[in-house]
Order: sequence, then structure tokens, then C-alpha cells
Amino acid sequence: MVVMSALSPGNPVPGESAAPRQPDLSELLRASARGDEGAFAELYDATSRRLYGLVVRVVRDPAQAEEVAQEAFLEIWRTSARFDAGKGSAMSWMMTIAHRKAVDRVRSAEAASRRDQTYEATTQERAYDITAEEVERSLEGQRVRNALESLTETQRGAVQLAYFGGYTHNEVAALLGIPLGTAKTRIRDGLIRLRDTLGMQS
Amino acid sequence: MNADIHGLSGAYAVDALDDVERADFERHLQQCPECQDEVASLRAAAVELTHASALTPPPALRDSVLRQISTVRPLPPLTGDTGPAPQAEATVTPIESRRRRVKPLTWLVAAAAAAVLAIGGLVWSPWQSDEPAPQQLTATEQVIRAKDAQRYEKVIDGARATIVRSKSLGKAVIIAEDMPAAPEGKDFQVWYQNPDGAMVSAGLMPHEAKPTVSMVLNGDASKFNGVGITIEPTGGSPEPTSDPIALIEFS
Repeated sequence: MVVMSALSPGNPVPGESAAPRQPDLSELLRASARGDEGAFAELYDATSRRLYGLVVRVVRDPAQAEEVAQEAFLEIWRTSARFDAGKGSAMSWMMTIAHRKAVDRVRSAEAASRRDQTYEATTQERAYDITAEEVERSLEGQRVRNALESLTETQRGAVQLAYFGGYTHNEVAALLGIPLGTAKTRIRDGLIRLRDTLGMQS
Repeated sequence: MNADIHGLSGAYAVDALDDVERADFERHLQQCPECQDEVASLRAAAVELTHASALTPPPALRDSVLRQISTVRPLPPLTGDTGPAPQAEATVTPIESRRRRVKPLTWLVAAAAAAVLAIGGLVWSPWQSDEPAPQQLTATEQVIRAKDAQRYEKVIDGARATIVRSKSLGKAVIIAEDMPAAPEGKDFQVWYQNPDGAMVSAGLMPHEAKPTVSMVLNGDASKFNGVGITIEPTGGSPEPTSDPIALIEFS
């Protein structure tokens, strides 16, 4: 498929090496807490592709994903004063809110019936197919793909099923055919390796 | 520190714990700076993965988000006064769509969470950075997490009924485990008992058998001194027509 080949590791997209100007998300959150809607619009523009992309990965259904993303942004607006820069980045805080909402949605009863439970299990080795057409063609994306490659297959599967699949660690264990209770270790090991490979502060 | 619970940090960071584990871990997190740091760093690592899944949202999303925020007042910063329970009721979430997606606590989960609260000394102070504000919690979650949550339990023919009551919230929740279906043409009805012994309907349990059911009771829980369950004709009765199969007194 053409899009996939465009994303292959040997084919980086030119012209992306210059880092785009990234607004200070923490400052935008602080302004939002003071009721500055313009600041929040800027915050939305800077984060919506990653936030919406994450929600779609987890929720799948576009109509539901849109609802969940909207709820996430409204919660971000409402609780912006509660953001504590000492406990992590603004992006991480926002994405945590969105992820939690997406997971809550897929675990709720009405959504569960609409899910294809086997999808992730059968396609986990193709990590990005669902959003392939609009995958972030950036050095960041490439860096992340390389970091994922450094994980063991089980670690990678466990992290992806948990984070993008929205499954509990016990469900992850069942999907991967590994003993109950071991998936949480694989998830943690995988995230630690990912963190260290990406050179992030622990 | 408990090594087992420490090992949940990764699963917690990516929301891969069930509700009971999450409640346990969050209690642990409050007193474990190492875990707080680890969770923050693992979350940040997971968030990096989203560089590869970015997707342009429909333009309508931006419009509706920006339209809606103008009607929502941002919460004030936390200033050290962490007693949110009394105001939780007054602040109703303004997003209508939230009502539909209230997350049902499963029976077992709710019962276990209640047990955790009882054993844990009824203390709950959310970790500020990512715990939903009280206004974001479902009514059931608010009750079982209330600082003054009290838990009462009764076993009825193998089914277990747990009541969790918060006087400050004026709410109580009933959690039924392994509850059988009500007899044909009947429903289980829950009642509050007045101080004078009179019974006031607090709602009907779902008719069908379920492994776990939780239900917020109708009425101001702080005003009553007990809960009873009776079997009533389908649809319930204005007052009990049979002796209670269970009576639980608030202490």
C-alpha cells in the first residue's frame, strides 16, 4: 500500500527536520485557567492532532472518538488550573486525561459490544495501519518507531495493547497468551525501555 | 514498600488496571514519591508514542470545543484546602452527553472498592495532577470515595448487599453481588427507614439476575437510619407490602 511505503523507515519525509515552533503549552494552560479562550484555541491547535489521533486509536468509532475528544478538551479547559508542571509536561497531562476518557469509553458496556475484540491481536505487528493515511510524518514519529523496535516482541505487544487497545493487563495477558499477572511486568519493562531509549528523564 | 503494588506502575501509567487495582494503586501512590516519579516518566514515554498516530480531527470538533468552553468556568486552583466533598453535589457537570457514558462500576469492583475504603480508614485525597476532580466522578464513585463513607454489609441467601453511605453527600449506594432474578411478577425494592420506623422508597433493583449491580438510592441518605429490601409487585409499591428480606441499620 502506497501510504505504508511512504512511512517505511528507509523513506523519511524531507523538510521535516526543522523543528516547528512549539508554543509553551504550560503557559497556554495557565492562561486557560484564567479564562483566556484565545489561549485555549492555541492550545487546541497545538495538541488536537495528537490528542484526537490517540482517541481514535483507542476508540476506533469516529463518532464516539469525536465525542470523547470533545469531552477531554472540555475537561482540560475546566481543570486547567489543576495542572502541576512539577509532575510532568502539559502534553503528558492532557494526553493522560484523553487516554483515561478513551479507555473509560471502550470499557463501558455499550461500546464493548461494538468492538472487534480480535482486531489488535491480529494486527499488532502493524502498529500504525489504522491511521496510516495521516500518520505524523515527522522525525519524532520516526524516533518513536525506532524506539518501539528496541522492545522485545512481547513488550511491544503488551504496551500497544494496553495503551492503544485500552485493554487491562489481564486482558493483554490473555490476548498475548502469556500467564496472567505477567503482562503488567511486560508493560512496565516495555515502557521503561521506551523511556530510556527515547532518552527521557526518569 | 510493597513490591507487588509498586510493579503496577506501568499498567497504571497506561490505564491498564481494573478499577479495584487502580484504587489500590492510587492510595499507594499518595505516599510513594518513587512511584509518582516513575508513573510520570512512564506516562511521558507512552505519550511519545502518539507522535506516530496523530490525526487531523474534523473541523467541527474545534468549533464545538471552542463554543462549549465559553459556557464553562474553569475550576479554581487547589489551594491546599482539599475538602471537596461538600461542594461535589452542587457542581453538576454541564455536558449533557456525560450522562450517557457514566461508567457503571461493576458489582465486584464497587464492593471491593468499598471494602478498601473501610479498611483504609476512609481517607481519600486525590492525587491532584490526574485524578478527575470530584465533579467528574459518577455519583457512585463520589459516594465510595467520600471521606465520611460508611459501609454496611448483609448476606441474603448467598447474595451480598453492601450499602455505602456518605452523610456529607447525603447519598447512599447499594451494591448487590450474585443477586438472583426477582420472582416472576416481582421486583426487589429498596427502602430507607425513617427514624420513626416508616419506610420510604429508595428505588427498584434491576429485575434480572446479575453478578453485580450498583445503584444510587433516591433520597437524602443523611436523614435516614437504615435501609430495607422487600419483594414487591413489578414496578414497586408506594409502601412495603411484605416483610423485608434484609434490614441494614446505619450505625
